[in-house]
Amino acid sequence: MGVYWAIAVRSFRRFSTYRIASVSGIFTNTIFGFILCGVYLTLWRERPGLGGYDVPDALTFVWLQQGLLMPIGIFGATTTNELGERVRSGEIAVDLYRPTQLLLWWMSVDLGRAMFQLLVRGGAPLLVGALVFDLKFPTSVSLWPVIALGLVLGILVSFSIRYLVALSGFWITDSRGMEHLALVLSLFFAGTILPLVAFPGWIGTVARATPWAATMQVPIDIWLGRNPAGTGAALVFQVGWLLVLLLIGQFATTLATRKVVIQGG
Amino acid sequence: MVERVLRAPAQYWMLIVLWIRSALAYPASFVLMLVSSMLVTVTDFIAVLFMFSHIRSFGGFSLPEMALLYATASMALGVADLVTGSIERVGERIRTGSFDAYLIRPVPAFLQTAADGFALRRLGRPLQAATVLVLALIHLEVDWTVARGLMLGVSLVAGSVIFGALFVLGGAFQFVSVDSAELANSVTYGGQALTQFPLTIFGKEIVRAVTFVVPLAFVNYYPVLFVLGKPAPLGLPSWIGLLSPLVAVLMVALASLAWRAGLRRYRSTGS
Repeated sequence: MGVYWAIAVRSFRRFSTYRIASVSGIFTNTIFGFILCGVYLTLWRERPGLGGYDVPDALTFVWLQQGLLMPIGIFGATTTNELGERVRSGEIAVDLYRPTQLLLWWMSVDLGRAMFQLLVRGGAPLLVGALVFDLKFPTSVSLWPVIALGLVLGILVSFSIRYLVALSGFWITDSRGMEHLALVLSLFFAGTILPLVAFPGWIGTVARATPWAATMQVPIDIWLGRNPAGTGAALVFQVGWLLVLLLIGQFATTLATRKVVIQGG
Repeated sequence: MVERVLRAPAQYWMLIVLWIRSALAYPASFVLMLVSSMLVTVTDFIAVLFMFSHIRSFGGFSLPEMALLYATASMALGVADLVTGSIERVGERIRTGSFDAYLIRPVPAFLQTAADGFALRRLGRPLQAATVLVLALIHLEVDWTVARGLMLGVSLVAGSVIFGALFVLGGAFQFVSVDSAELANSVTYGGQALTQFPLTIFGKEIVRAVTFVVPLAFVNYYPVLFVLGKPAPLGLPSWIGLLSPLVAVLMVALASLAWRAGLRRYRSTGS
């Protein structure tokens, strides 16, 4: 266990060196936050109560989303992209050689990254947004642990998806095409282009059942207290997808390890 | 000077052909990337379609009118990104020291930076923008005149040039701060996200800012208002869209000055 903690800590430190990049990232998130607020204000004025959100819900969604895009890894993350790169280049052999679990190793690396980005970038757009708009904050202290749990689960579900995408390189050599495809699904189903509550009809029903919904839409709804079936059901939904994806991930790791042929000496 | 400018297109072409050939070496992967690039960029428009499943008009714009705004914004950004987008990697080049190599080759450093890693798959965005544009033109009810048709065509070129100049300005800024690539994204990609909507929904201050400070409103908003025969905001004349080529020329001049200043300021990291 100690080794995975050590990996996560080092990954956290590695990402903490990219300071200017973090600041300019926060700036960009804030600009997009203002643009989306303009759009959603217009949309929710035309259709008040759309998807069960009131105007403060919709605006809070925007600022939470802008803070969470990077920590959750909605556009993919440096860590899992590196894993894909290592599979392509063959450096993965070194990882397999280590007396650790491949999945847990990379999960620790990704959690270290996510925790740094969550601390530095997660709240900043929200604070800027709160200066300008009337936003919603959790009303009781007891909600904070639940929100934190939902966020960690969201990050883990996102990691499990990205891990599978990176491992696809074992079968198709170049995982970059899959990374692109995963990006489309993630943009669409995580609530990046529009909150999933505003998706029309059956598309909305399907979108809200996908694992991508568990990455960002569900944690934000926990913050807003707007999960259709309640917070408990939302957490169960996240845990369910996480278990399924981790099982597939572990299975894929076993298959890949058996398949891998290392050249050179 | 004139000779250098005349030679530039051929030199740029030579550089990008190298990258195109390398991308086409894996045709299946290339097609997959092109298709997924189209899919990634079309998600913004799907969001607009989803919004219109709940509403009939957005900030006074109908769905075909929104489609026209979206297509022109996306086309302008897409073309600019294809031609000059690679310039955002200049910071990386400066940090690693490989920018030095550009300065000793017999081709302007600007062309080499702009063509660096030219990605033909970025054609995905202009292609999907063109598709949306055709759909918008089919469904729009506009009294087409020669002036309106010309305005639409000219604005697509001028808009691309304005975004291209913004990419170059962002690149030039990296001579000052090498890690600030994402900063430029807020005016380029952010600009596209902004200009795909009727700007008045963002309030008068924003409209003023994107008219007089960062002239994003000239990319497509004012030209589209002219085409649709809608009045311009802030009491501006309705023909203000016609100024878009002039704004493009001014932006190019500004970007060119900034790039030169950046290049003069450059000190190699050395080794």
